[in-house]
Amino acid sequence: MENQKRVKEFYDEYGVDNLVVIVGAAEGESAGLAAETVGLGDPTFAGVLAGVSLKLPCYHICEPEIKDEVDADVYDEQVGMMEMVLDVDDIVEEMQAIRDEVAEA
Amino acid sequence: MSEYAVIKGASYTLAYTPDMIIQDGATQVTERIVNPESEYLKKLPEHIRSYEDVLSYAPNQVYIGNMKPQDLDEIEFPWYDKKAPVNGRWGKCGEIMPQDEFYGLMQISDAFDLVELEAGFAASVKEKLAKHELFTEKHIAVLDKNAKFTEEALQAVVDDGGCGLYSDGKLVGAVKKAHDVDVNLSAHVMLENIANKATSVLSLLHLIKATGINPDEVDYVIDCGEEACGDMNQRGGGNFAKAAAEVAGFMNATGSDVRSFCAAPAHALLSAASLVKAGTFKNVVVTAGGCTAKLGMNGKSHVDKGLPILEDVLAGFSVLISENNGTDPIIRTDIVGKHNVGTGSSPQAVISSLVTDALDRAGLKITDVDKFAAEMQNPDITKPAGAGDVPEANYKMIGALGVKKGDLERKELPEFIVKHGMKGWAPTQGHIPSGAPYLGPCREMIVNGDISRAMIIGKGSLFLGRLTNLFDGVSFVIEANKGESTETSAVSEEEVRGMIANAMKDFAASLLAE
Repeated sequence: MENQKRVKEFYDEYGVDNLVVIVGAAEGESAGLAAETVGLGDPTFAGVLAGVSLKLPCYHICEPEIKDEVDADVYDEQVGMMEMVLDVDDIVEEMQAIRDEVAEA
Repeated sequence: MSEYAVIKGASYTLAYTPDMIIQDGATQVTERIVNPESEYLKKLPEHIRSYEDVLSYAPNQVYIGNMKPQDLDEIEFPWYDKKAPVNGRWGKCGEIMPQDEFYGLMQISDAFDLVELEAGFAASVKEKLAKHELFTEKHIAVLDKNAKFTEEALQAVVDDGGCGLYSDGKLVGAVKKAHDVDVNLSAHVMLENIANKATSVLSLLHLIKATGINPDEVDYVIDCGEEACGDMNQRGGGNFAKAAAEVAGFMNATGSDVRSFCAAPAHALLSAASLVKAGTFKNVVVTAGGCTAKLGMNGKSHVDKGLPILEDVLAGFSVLISENNGTDPIIRTDIVGKHNVGTGSSPQAVISSLVTDALDRAGLKITDVDKFAAEMQNPDITKPAGAGDVPEANYKMIGALGVKKGDLERKELPEFIVKHGMKGWAPTQGHIPSGAPYLGPCREMIVNGDISRAMIIGKGSLFLGRLTNLFDGVSFVIEANKGESTETSAVSEEEVRGMIANAMKDFAASLLAE
């Protein structure tokens, strides 16, 4: 809830072209839920983004688009362990599906 | 250097409280306020398990010591629809108390005449508790004060801001408010705190039985639950520890409370072991009671998925930490991990600070620790609620860190999880799962020689208190006792002198020979 509020505030301040949301959820489903919330609106209708479609691009920290942007040593130190633990393929698939949906909306 | 403290024993208790799920669980209380006509509240009663089902639930039998953690490997998951091979109320180190007796125990644990029980109900409870081997005549006599309490009298208490105690939906008792204005002493808060104290008392009484300790020899008690007691001028003043110790009869003990959400038990155990190692106290008990607010916490998910309400018990545990006796497992207060203010919140930073940093300093590899016990939540409860398998997630992270450190190959990861991990069996009562449920089984496994080293990891989410966004955690290592007590080291000194004398003689002899 609190995160939705903060994303909305950043959106109002910087606009859709200057904002990318990066999530670190442990499972594809929960990562996808976050992407859906900031892209199409809160599907649970519980937070400030209920019915609000911000169309913000959203990536998981383990997706190659983001990983390639980060200094390799820093990435290894902060994310390397979780990358080994997470089902990255499932996460990428889920995130891409939501981005496709947002693009079509 | 003085010697490490040892784990003399542990007790684990559950109280089955079906009516309290509906009346006092925070999820249900909130739902009644925001959506009193909800489908969930209507369906809920049909999803509450019977006492018999709770007794034959394998994770509960592991908790009270009748089954071993590894026995869960043999039962196909999920477990809620399987019957455990044992189903007794009495465990090797505790029990699963039924609700009526627990209400009686709440009254025994109440020092301010706030708990009232309907006369007939109280008489039947008294009869049952009189047969309970751990309660004294003085305990039982507390129940004699209920003769004047009729159902109407109890209803009047409820109407005056009290909280009802129900049995099969029928009003059989009430907890009065302890102040007319102060919300910190409201009936709701008093009920939570008395229930918490009562579960702690039950565990303390079982600890006496499990360890054979003379209650007069307990010097200090540390409570590590998640409740707060006090009034409007000192809302979290404490002291649950001393309050419970009084009922359990620890006449020579004082105590205090340690709080850090789910990490508190690990902090408390570390404090207890340090107090003993420093020679401050000989016998320190760490104890915690259960939390009525967390009954049915994930109930909506469970009911949605057609499962029974699995959060239907209040849990408690107590651990006795004592001076080194040369046999019980030692707590290595010098192999300690801690999540610092500056550690950071990424999972990697957290696990490194709690696991590998501590082991590195001691020159140990991840694979040198036979078993890790972090958050031992029962996955039967957490998985349907979308929180995944918490213990497994921890083992994956610890193993992955081991791979990064070169302690094991990546392909060995699945094997590592099985070998160094366990399935979770603890009720999701916040502080209860945090490493502590393994102390009893761990002690037994080490004493039997099945394992020689374990790591207990406490983790807590401090943001829930809205004072900091920080995470928290501490960890420590438990090892087999090599029997190096004070007496044996004194003998060793003599032996050393003897060896030196012999060496001198040999040296002299060799000189003469030349």
